[in-house]
Amino acid sequence: MPSPGYWRGIPSRLRLEAVRCSSCENVVYPSRRICPHCHGTKWEPAELSRTGEVVTSTVVHVAPDDFAMEAPYVLALIETPEGARLMLQVTDCELNEIGPGTAVNLEFRRIRAEGNSGILCYGFKAVPAG
Amino acid sequence: MAGIVGYGAFIPRHRIRSEEIARQWGKDAAAIKRGLVLEEKSVPGIDEDTITISVEAARDAVERAGIDPIKIGAVYIGSESHPYAVKPSGTVVVDALGIGPEVHVADFEFACKAGTEAMFVALGLVESGRVEYALAIGADTSQGAPNDALEFSASAGGAAYIFGKRDLLVDVLETYSYTSDTPDFWRREGRFYPRHGGRFTGEPAYFRHVTSATRGILKKTGMNPEDFKYAVFHMPNGKFPQQAAKRLGFTKEQMETGLVVVKMGNTYSGSSPTGLAAILDVADPGDKILLTSFGSGAGSDSFVLQATELLPQRRTTGRKVWSMLDTPLRYVTYGEYAKLREKIILND
Amino acid sequence: MREVAIVGVGMTHFGELWNDSLRGMFAEAASGAMADAGVDHLDGLYVGNMAAGQFVGQEHLGPLMASQIGMAGIPATRVESACASGGAALRAAYIEVASGMSDLVMAAGVEKMNDGADVTQVLATAADQELEAYHGATFPALYALIARAHMATYGTTEEDLAWVSVKNHHHGAMNPKAQFRREVTVEQVLGSSKVAEPLRLLHCSPVSDGAAAVLLCPLDQAARYTKRPVKILGTGLATASLSLADRKSPAILDAVKDSAVHAYKMAGVGPGDIQVAEVHDCFAIAEICCIEALGLVEQGKGGAAARDGLTALGGKIPVNTSGGLKSKGHPVGATGIAQAIEIVEQLRGLSGDRQVQGAEIGLAQNMGGSGASSVVHIFGRV
Repeated sequence: MPSPGYWRGIPSRLRLEAVRCSSCENVVYPSRRICPHCHGTKWEPAELSRTGEVVTSTVVHVAPDDFAMEAPYVLALIETPEGARLMLQVTDCELNEIGPGTAVNLEFRRIRAEGNSGILCYGFKAVPAG
Repeated sequence: MAGIVGYGAFIPRHRIRSEEIARQWGKDAAAIKRGLVLEEKSVPGIDEDTITISVEAARDAVERAGIDPIKIGAVYIGSESHPYAVKPSGTVVVDALGIGPEVHVADFEFACKAGTEAMFVALGLVESGRVEYALAIGADTSQGAPNDALEFSASAGGAAYIFGKRDLLVDVLETYSYTSDTPDFWRREGRFYPRHGGRFTGEPAYFRHVTSATRGILKKTGMNPEDFKYAVFHMPNGKFPQQAAKRLGFTKEQMETGLVVVKMGNTYSGSSPTGLAAILDVADPGDKILLTSFGSGAGSDSFVLQATELLPQRRTTGRKVWSMLDTPLRYVTYGEYAKLREKIILND
Repeated sequence: MREVAIVGVGMTHFGELWNDSLRGMFAEAASGAMADAGVDHLDGLYVGNMAAGQFVGQEHLGPLMASQIGMAGIPATRVESACASGGAALRAAYIEVASGMSDLVMAAGVEKMNDGADVTQVLATAADQELEAYHGATFPALYALIARAHMATYGTTEEDLAWVSVKNHHHGAMNPKAQFRREVTVEQVLGSSKVAEPLRLLHCSPVSDGAAAVLLCPLDQAARYTKRPVKILGTGLATASLSLADRKSPAILDAVKDSAVHAYKMAGVGPGDIQVAEVHDCFAIAEICCIEALGLVEQGKGGAAARDGLTALGGKIPVNTSGGLKSKGHPVGATGIAQAIEIVEQLRGLSGDRQVQGAEIGLAQNMGGSGASSVVHIFGRV
């Protein structure tokens, strides 16, 4: 990801900043202008817990070139206690121990690199809790 | 008086055993383990680097300190494996933790001493009143050339310390530094692996600086080795710090809690700071702790520290060093290690 | 609105067409459709294409393709809805003819995937770049997440998935245009290499080159061009959140359901009236989810459909008689048009060994992304 787009995403990617809709109270991650639930446009800041539960997961064996060195890796849809859902890799785990309901913590990781000389992109991955 | 108000450590979950490295190069594992006193070492995952280790360690430090991170006025990261040659590691850490933007940030390098160097500067800024809190981190994903003795030790991990003046977990009673130009270990710009002077890294480098700094701080404080409950010296391997301790009059019992190297390896800038974190995980109020780092090139920083009444209740959150060391996820083969450490030449 | 018919079809073989270029394939399919209808002019052209800019570095396909068939000057536009680009182009052409704006309009689709690009990465650009692809999501991975959710919710098994591939290869073996004209067994599918668990190589459609084109005109002019026009009874296009995280259930493809509801309503028919269907089986799980969303089987019963022979030729509702994306091939931008051609040929009675006897009403469903776009067309014999 080139610098400008990565830079814009820093609040959500590096700090898990989300927003809570002032009218319907749903937590939306990352922030957006119009609430997908009620079309509200007033927001309060919210921060996601660094914990969650796997909704559904897979083990990716055939990866894009940028992720080739990481394969096989677990990719999962994670729901946080605030009700927000994020798609994240699950790292530091046995590949087949992850499934619906697996409790996870979110840890700060390097997510991708733009080749050998481009910027390094950070964010969160999930790791099995406990 | 200023001191430590929060601390944290992070050690990656992969390990490689000394036997596995020895097997790769046809070396005598028993002789290596005996000579270097190293059983295994941590290996960073493909998604871990000095920045990610720093963020995780510092997050625990902020939590234990119980402070609003925005009040941290300075952040220093000591490492010899900053992911960028140009562009700071510290900027990622401040944005990840919600520090700043009114914050002074710098990346430090002084071989394995860069972590205590950051601690020294952070302490000084807090003492002077220039900043309310300062965060110092020592972290590395250490490099060691294949088939070099360093390969048995170079590992990954780090520790973070927040300095402040109120609600101290640890008092800093004294500091002392000892530095000279001694080219025992180096890495030139653009080179991937460090080089070293073999046995020259011993007497004129490690032992001279570690013992001189320690004797210096003992003299400055008028204290003796027996005044300390714990001591931790930089741990390039398991043997050097124990030899230094013996020469200085410290006992095995004072050393063992902080001697994380046997299971963790040498996390370079993170080495002695992580040993200190292991001590803080168990120290009782009133316990005195001696910390002496060593960085090639060469220099040592010594600290005399004392645990406060607040330490036990604040360390109930966060990860403990020995529990991270005692619960590795997986032992990797040398082949996996070579992949994780990017020692294999790949096509673009 | 005017009633609209398809009066000509043309397509290339699907496969690894190393000797054919993007423009060459288009010209072959387009000229085939024009010859089929006996026309030498067009009033308009819609080119469905997902990612020529990334696959071969070529954007601006409207004028390029019009000029390739000697039609420089006509209104010509590229339509993009990821893998539903072909279906979306067909819908655009339909609307243009039905509205009275134009009389003879071509809807085409083309994709050249085998030209050296990182196909996995290019296809992933149809996923949410900021929330999914950033973290290493691939299309097989997104459908694998859907599959795992479907398995957890409805008890669908890996073997159920395998039966979809077995059935579609069985059909494709009879299709001279198909990329893989061979049968596969359940054991072969379950023994093939893992792509994104539980999906294996033989659960996945291939990387393909190909082009397809159809000609549309008002139904009342169709006799000028063909003795066997096929009427477009209904069209529906619906969308869902691009990102899986934003959907209520990852196991349910709401856009498919919504697009079908629109198309059924417009056509005045229901799922029970459909005699043959082409659905978007980019991965085996997609066919299972789509036949449920289309109402061809009950929600949650899609897993058993192929295994029980319900959706095979000779079954109650044959699905993907062409071999589907799995066996026929999936040149992404061309797929929606190729699906329409299969249904047109079935309704014309020209499908040979694959003919569904007496088929009068057929459906084609084309999907983009992980189900974020879905286009349904319903066709009727005239």
